[in-house]
Amino acid sequence: MRNASLVLGLVLATALTLGAFIAPPPAALAVQPDEVLADPMLESRARALSKHLRCLVCQNQSIDDSDAGLARDLRVLVRERLKAGDSDEEVLAFLVARYGDFVLLKPPVKPTTWLLWFGPFAIFAVAGLGIWAASRRKRPATAPAAPLSAAEQEKLDALLAQDEHPPSRPPSDPPQRPAS
Amino acid sequence: MIVEAGHFALILAFVFACIQIVVPLIGARRGDDALMDAGRMAALGQFAFILAAFLSLTHAFIVSDFSVAAVAANSHSAKPLLYKISGVWGNHEGSMVLWVLILALFGGAVAGLGNNLPPSLRARVLSVQGMIGAGFLAFILLTSNPFFRVNPAPVDGSGLNPILQDPGLAFHPPFLYLGYVGFSIAFSFAIAALIEGRVDAAWARWVRPWTLAAWCALTLGIALGSWWAYYELGWGGFWFWDPVENASFMPWLAGTALLHSAIVVEKRGALKSWTILLAILTFLLSLMGTFLVRSGVLTSVHAFANDPERGLFILGLLLVATVGGLGLYAMRAPTLKTGGLFAPISREGGLVLNNLLLGTGCATVLIGTLYPLVLDAFGGGKVSVGVPYFTLTFVPLMVPLLVVMGIGPLLAWKRGDLPGVLMRLRAAAMVTGIACLATILLNDGPAFAILGVTLAVWLIMGALTELADRIRLFRGPLSASLSRLIHLPRSAIAMTTAHAAMGITVLGITGSTAWQTERILIMSQGDTTEVAGYALTLEKVAQVPGPNYTAERATLQVAAGGRTITTLYPEKRRFTNPPQITTEAAIRTTLMADLYAVLGDRQEPGAGGQGKAGWTVRIYHNPLVPWIWIGTVIMVLGGLVSLTDRRHRVGAPARAQAPGRPRTA
Repeated sequence: MRNASLVLGLVLATALTLGAFIAPPPAALAVQPDEVLADPMLESRARALSKHLRCLVCQNQSIDDSDAGLARDLRVLVRERLKAGDSDEEVLAFLVARYGDFVLLKPPVKPTTWLLWFGPFAIFAVAGLGIWAASRRKRPATAPAAPLSAAEQEKLDALLAQDEHPPSRPPSDPPQRPAS
Repeated sequence: MIVEAGHFALILAFVFACIQIVVPLIGARRGDDALMDAGRMAALGQFAFILAAFLSLTHAFIVSDFSVAAVAANSHSAKPLLYKISGVWGNHEGSMVLWVLILALFGGAVAGLGNNLPPSLRARVLSVQGMIGAGFLAFILLTSNPFFRVNPAPVDGSGLNPILQDPGLAFHPPFLYLGYVGFSIAFSFAIAALIEGRVDAAWARWVRPWTLAAWCALTLGIALGSWWAYYELGWGGFWFWDPVENASFMPWLAGTALLHSAIVVEKRGALKSWTILLAILTFLLSLMGTFLVRSGVLTSVHAFANDPERGLFILGLLLVATVGGLGLYAMRAPTLKTGGLFAPISREGGLVLNNLLLGTGCATVLIGTLYPLVLDAFGGGKVSVGVPYFTLTFVPLMVPLLVVMGIGPLLAWKRGDLPGVLMRLRAAAMVTGIACLATILLNDGPAFAILGVTLAVWLIMGALTELADRIRLFRGPLSASLSRLIHLPRSAIAMTTAHAAMGITVLGITGSTAWQTERILIMSQGDTTEVAGYALTLEKVAQVPGPNYTAERATLQVAAGGRTITTLYPEKRRFTNPPQITTEAAIRTTLMADLYAVLGDRQEPGAGGQGKAGWTVRIYHNPLVPWIWIGTVIMVLGGLVSLTDRRHRVGAPARAQAPGRPRTA
């Protein structure tokens, strides 16, 4: 048990200092020369697709970046499908059918990912509207303020009283240097 | 013996932290100076004992005391001294000790330097710092004791992961922690202000230098990490939107927003409640980053489930801080008086937009980082969120931010004159237009390069216009402008510097992503290949011994225009403790681009006589890539310049009041 936690500690430590780069050894040379297709158009499509496909055994790495064996197999597979005349969509569909959505670094838009895809823009819209509403609300305050309600008056008195007797603060400001 | 002393010092530090929680809090409530002073002593004591513990652990690493479990698991006697020392924080236990050391350093700095603070505020800040310290010291002592001994001691250690044995990475964690943990001060100030029920310009002025210092360190830490990834991992990338990177990027985004909203509190007394919330959230994000990285949930949910002790402990700390911080905020924030009305088009309005965009950006990174974990936990299936997601969500949020960054600083406080400001920016707009046209004509990469260059030039020109405006450049004698420049407040110069530096970084990011050239090929001795106008010839590959590895080193002659300009020596290093192979890229950098070479595996001719014998070589040409780090370093310098501003100097007395200005504080 102690040993296991030591090993885990080592792994975690590496994770912290390293970022993602722990799972496989450093992916120095991902795409190998022998994988490269002769047709530059097909090859560039393969590279673009590879950047959207996850190396399933790595931590959030694309197969384009990873030198894991599985990543290589997938790269070769992608190229085989392209050579067989598949469109980009067909290649992706083929891989999703095999490995599920997990293989896509750009998850598909569907009910379980709505929050993921629309969340940021919803936050932006809601926060933006909130700020807009708040700025509208503030403007009339330049006009004479509405009289305080009894509760507000009470709160104000309490606050003022608190200000007059700050719990521990000396009456003066913090030490100030004489004006230079 | 030294190890046991270190352990004991850590326990004493915990005791001091507990004293630091209780005594100054009571002192502040009773207005008892002696008790409040005791809080200062406790903070200094806590720091001293954690430092002692840290030094004793460092000693164990330096002398390779393998009877200490953490040393045995992470060090090796054959390692160079630098990496023995950096090995102290290259593992879980040691890095947590560094974490609390830096926490106590900041606490000690408030205790020692915060003489301009009202005693009750300082006492409460120290008390909150004590709470954080006690929580994490308990975490270390109960779940991650670095002083744990093993018997029998192994003959030698298992070594530090070789890719961590690098000078860039030796200094990356300390700077990252200085930033991460430095935001604890902003948190403590916010909590103390909520307890006191008082947030005013003076409060904002006290918080800003601490936040700024933490921000500088975090920026530098992130930059070091990405620089290291760039040259060490060997595929020319510098940012991967990896969860652990995101964990440090979220506090940076929130901290950047905080720096800006605190300006509004200081100058105009508005956004108080929001700034307090932001200060709390920034540190909560730092804590969450610590949880994500330390608990192992990121590696896999299973790693977390197998050894949940540590993860649950930090999760508990995170929950207490969240519930406590946000609860207190919910109770007290409504009592904060709002001041400073402003029109939507104004400096305040621009800073609100800054906060909206940075805040949404931070939320986006948070959603993208946690979504796979949460979805999996709720049985919604496994998804991956990678680079393409962040490109589609985060980047669009930053585009308007960069546009506004060019305009906002020229707007007046309270009510800005947008048409007037745009008139003043017409020269900047013209330069930007020319740069945009030039990029359209010359661009041979993807279209986003045009947008990136345009935004970056706009930002740089906007920042320079603001400075030129302030010193009335070209609107009077040059000497008058120069003298204005010299007498400008340092914080104004700092802002121009940091904003323009952001433009430089954006140019670097754009150039290296849009215009990278890559060649992957097999080269045998004497082969020549051409990349971006350079001819590279493989002269030889030789075996070279290193201090704790052996390397295969390629000699690549680089010629341009028929003349040899340099030689690159990319290496493949074979470490034995632990056994691992790393690649050492060779980089020739000019200010405008990097030529980047990596040596791969030896290739034997294929079975059917196909393929060629030689070495796999990968060569990149990365235009403008150095600008990414030049920009961040200048940004940090801007922050440091701002720190030297009289008003922000840590420990400087409050500024003498300008005549006619209402006294604050």
